[in-house]
Amino acid sequence: MNLLGKLSWDAIPLDQPIIMGATAFMVLVIVAVLSFITFKGYWAPLWRDWITSVDHKRIGVMYILLALVMLLRGFSDAIMMRAQQAVAVGGAQGYLPPEHFDQIFSAHGTIMIFFMAMPFVIGVINVVVPLQLGVRDVAFPTLNSVSFWLTASGALLINISLAVGEFAKTGWVAYPPLSELQFSPGVGVDYYLWSLQISGIGTLLSGINFVTTILKLRAPGMGYMRMPVFCWTALATSLLIVAAFPVLTATFAMLLLDRYLGFHFFSVDGGGNAMMYVNLFWVWGHPEVYILVLPAFGIYSEVVATFSGKPLFGYRSMVAATMAICVLSFLVWLHHFFTMGGSADVNGFFGVMTMIIAVPTGVKVFNWLFTMYGGRVRFTVPMLWSIGFMITFVVGGMTGVLMAVPPADFQVHNSLFLVAHFHNTIIGGVVFGLMAGYNYWFPKVFGFRLDERWGKASFWCWFTGFYLAFMPLYAVGLMGMTRRLQHYDNPAWQPWLMVAALGAVVILAGVACQAIQLVVSVRARRQLRDTTGNPWGGRTLEWFTPSPPPAWNFAVLPSVGRFARRTPAKETQDYKAIEMPNNSPIGVITAFFAVVTGFALIWHIWWMAGLGLLGAFVTLLAFAFRRQEEIEVPAVELARFDRAHPAEVMP
Amino acid sequence: MERHGLLSYFVGFVLAVVLTAIPFYLVATHALPPSRIIYVIAAAAVLQILVHLRFFLHLNFATTPRENLLAIAFTAVLLGIMLGGSLWIMVDLHTRMAL
Repeated sequence: MNLLGKLSWDAIPLDQPIIMGATAFMVLVIVAVLSFITFKGYWAPLWRDWITSVDHKRIGVMYILLALVMLLRGFSDAIMMRAQQAVAVGGAQGYLPPEHFDQIFSAHGTIMIFFMAMPFVIGVINVVVPLQLGVRDVAFPTLNSVSFWLTASGALLINISLAVGEFAKTGWVAYPPLSELQFSPGVGVDYYLWSLQISGIGTLLSGINFVTTILKLRAPGMGYMRMPVFCWTALATSLLIVAAFPVLTATFAMLLLDRYLGFHFFSVDGGGNAMMYVNLFWVWGHPEVYILVLPAFGIYSEVVATFSGKPLFGYRSMVAATMAICVLSFLVWLHHFFTMGGSADVNGFFGVMTMIIAVPTGVKVFNWLFTMYGGRVRFTVPMLWSIGFMITFVVGGMTGVLMAVPPADFQVHNSLFLVAHFHNTIIGGVVFGLMAGYNYWFPKVFGFRLDERWGKASFWCWFTGFYLAFMPLYAVGLMGMTRRLQHYDNPAWQPWLMVAALGAVVILAGVACQAIQLVVSVRARRQLRDTTGNPWGGRTLEWFTPSPPPAWNFAVLPSVGRFARRTPAKETQDYKAIEMPNNSPIGVITAFFAVVTGFALIWHIWWMAGLGLLGAFVTLLAFAFRRQEEIEVPAVELARFDRAHPAEVMP
Repeated sequence: MERHGLLSYFVGFVLAVVLTAIPFYLVATHALPPSRIIYVIAAAAVLQILVHLRFFLHLNFATTPRENLLAIAFTAVLLGIMLGGSLWIMVDLHTRMAL
């Protein structure tokens, strides 16, 4: 019996200079960060204030940090693909061998969806929702920490796959039969499956946490129809997570049974059906699109209202549109596989539903436009991202409606036209929204604004870079270029792909501007300080507390009438002591065992998988038998903090 | 606990065991042709869900808050869409493959 399963020194691809270079770079960065922390003596505060924190704001920041790091990883994959396709025409093979190129496009999709967009969205929800609801934390603070660390575990496993073994070569959807053991005997698909299973559990727990928080914890007087639109979209997203992610987990579990125990759910030779995987994957996959984009819609609603100096136009229609999308998003999934060979009835139904779901989205676009109409629009960085979104997203939406027509879809299915379409909606919709939210709420979280000049530079680079990078893809898609080509023979495509590569470089400049923006802002934090708690003149509750907010968010819970009001508590006796949840290392310990278990299962090291599961279970028991879970913050301390940080009181 | 009483849990447990035993019995003894057994298992599974909701989670139309009923209704709609849609799509594909 081999104690290390399939693991051996051969797993490290020493003969691949590009992979080894990336690995060496990754190791260097990790060593540099760790030695910096050690040298500065930051371990104790890091452990106390961040790693074991159950404060929703700090967990949100960690989510966003994870997302930004993974954005860099996913973006370097994108640059490599664009560079390869710009040169690999005719006799030239480019610099990436096919088996490496396949891993890169799979990793790019997986990372960008699951470890960039998802953590960023959940991070913003974490930071903002409890503040907007006027409450002190989420419903289950420790569970929140567990969710984050499980997501981070999945991200860690994916990054380990770079150095040890390989990643999936199946594309980010991992369709069988290609992803079955027969055609993908390596560990790549197992890395994919286990990292997504682990992070999927984290996401599901987050969804449950936020459904409970929004339904059960709101400031006194905040009825459903007084919730900010961002909270509505966060609720819709959490409901979608709770409904959709179990489908993904079950589908992956079936594929795992196929691969590990010789089941035949999706392999034709044993009576299974590969199309069932495709069907189930998109039962989750289409709601996932809305899981990502609905909170972005919520961010635009807040940003556009604030910087137009007007209440949001059509609040009720916005809520209705959000909830309509929440249900309709479950009725369109077949449009991802029109070409499967379904009958005209099936294709027709899902085609029509796909066109219908564009209606509530259109309602939202008009609401934002009418909010701006007649307002005093301030062209700040978040507002630029929002306006850029409105233009870009409408283009992406229209190409989507075009592809909702099954015969048209048959022409462009799996072509670069499709790739351009979904990048148009996900970058133009989700990423622009997250960038708007990042600039908008940064002063709330850290107490100082981000530099406007570099922010604007980054927006313009991203915006022009996006059009340069993806409009050519529409063209080559219509010319017949399919996605995921490591090499092609048609020289007519090359000029377009060179422009696309140039676009990726311009986006890179945008990413660089953002990094510079952060550094410049941190250095100029004294000039950029927000002393009012409300730098933009926002009217939702997160602006009714100092920036950065104290751990308890609101010393006295605000009450909500027709307008939000912060009750000014003057005397010390007006304050009441509050209970705050204790820090807990449970999340990071659980995540450690999750990584151990996942790594062991990927490499078939059964004893280690058993130990990992046992460790996770013992951790759960230890948590269940904990003695003290809350600490009391005395009234005197609350009063002292409020006097030191007088936040602006709005009428 | 007082409100629902031990009896409710007991009834639920017996029903759950019976609904589990029927499929096992059919599969073990081949008392019905396999094409029929599938339908019986599906029916037993749906009844099992209802038993759990009624006897273990104590859902009913009198005392359960309206919000919770709404959540259950939402879940039921989505399950109907997912299962009904998947069945429709796959059966449709199956018939076309047999053409």
